[in-house]
Amino acid sequence: MDYKRKKYKKLPAISTASLPDIVFILLFFFMTVTTIKDSPLLVDNELPMADQINKLDKKDRVVDIYVGKPAQELATVFGAEPKIQLDDRLAKVSDVAPYVLSQLAQKPEELRNLITVSLKVDKKVKLGIVSDIKEELRSINVLKVNYTTYEGDAVNEVY
Amino acid sequence: MARRNGAPEVNAGSMADIAFLLLIFFLVTTTIETDAGLDRMLPPMEPPEEDVVIRQKNIFTVNINKNGQLLVEDELMPLNNLRDAAIAFLENGADGSCDYCQGSKDPASSDNPSKAIISLKNDRETKYSTYITVQNELVGAYNDLRNRASQRIFGTDFTEMESEYLNPETASAVRDELKDKVKRIQDMFPQKLSEAETTSN
Repeated sequence: MDYKRKKYKKLPAISTASLPDIVFILLFFFMTVTTIKDSPLLVDNELPMADQINKLDKKDRVVDIYVGKPAQELATVFGAEPKIQLDDRLAKVSDVAPYVLSQLAQKPEELRNLITVSLKVDKKVKLGIVSDIKEELRSINVLKVNYTTYEGDAVNEVY
Repeated sequence: MARRNGAPEVNAGSMADIAFLLLIFFLVTTTIETDAGLDRMLPPMEPPEEDVVIRQKNIFTVNINKNGQLLVEDELMPLNNLRDAAIAFLENGADGSCDYCQGSKDPASSDNPSKAIISLKNDRETKYSTYITVQNELVGAYNDLRNRASQRIFGTDFTEMESEYLNPETASAVRDELKDKVKRIQDMFPQKLSEAETTSN
């Protein structure tokens, strides 16, 4: 009897009143973890793969240097040779040292010895320009570098 | 008259829609990025005070040419064998003073992990991805050895301890404890990876 009666009854509506709350929680989560990129990439930047990697956790201790071929729409102006991007401009090798020093000067003093330079180098770039940058960094005694990579199987990537 | 009833209630039914729109916007634009990569120290510009004499057998030379081929200890080697060759070199322990090494004690190879140096030389025309892969394999060789030692002594992987130690969210009490452990393993297999200046020919 009971069973039959239930069958014709309508299902009780699920209250959706708390739905906005759930959505807001999600919203706040994404708002807080979002970082909006401050400088647009002017160069191709497809990083190589590696699996023995360390994380660069502290953003305030990192100076980024991008290296790669100029992006397609810029190739007509800057040519196809790999270029160095510092902040939002393309630069020469000799600009690297002054740039890193100026970045260092902006950091609080106690962090200056802990700065890591994150080299974001496109995987198609030849090593020459990278070693030039490393020489520049050595000349100003900024010795901690991080070859930033994607996480992945490195050996099979090459073949 | 209408005042007495209070302001009419605003319909909040579309609140969810607005929140969803915002949510979707942030979902699309979010990139949760923590960069990761291979940490390296560059050698300082000024040369060390005194000249250190290093015996040839304690140096493991890796040459990369512009075609991405490897010349390891004067022999051509495919990339997949590099890690094993580096491990064999590092833990060779020819002078017998290294009790945690499992190497073959070949007298023509390295004396001791603390003396073993890997020397990496590359061409200016070498592709960056090849260079990173080689670096990755060499760091991997050190990490494999350190993990093994760490597993034996502490029962955990070295890489795990290290990343926990470097993580700024780890409590400082835990960090201090990890510091000694990490240091101990690092001293067992110190990372001596030297990079010669690139050549162009």
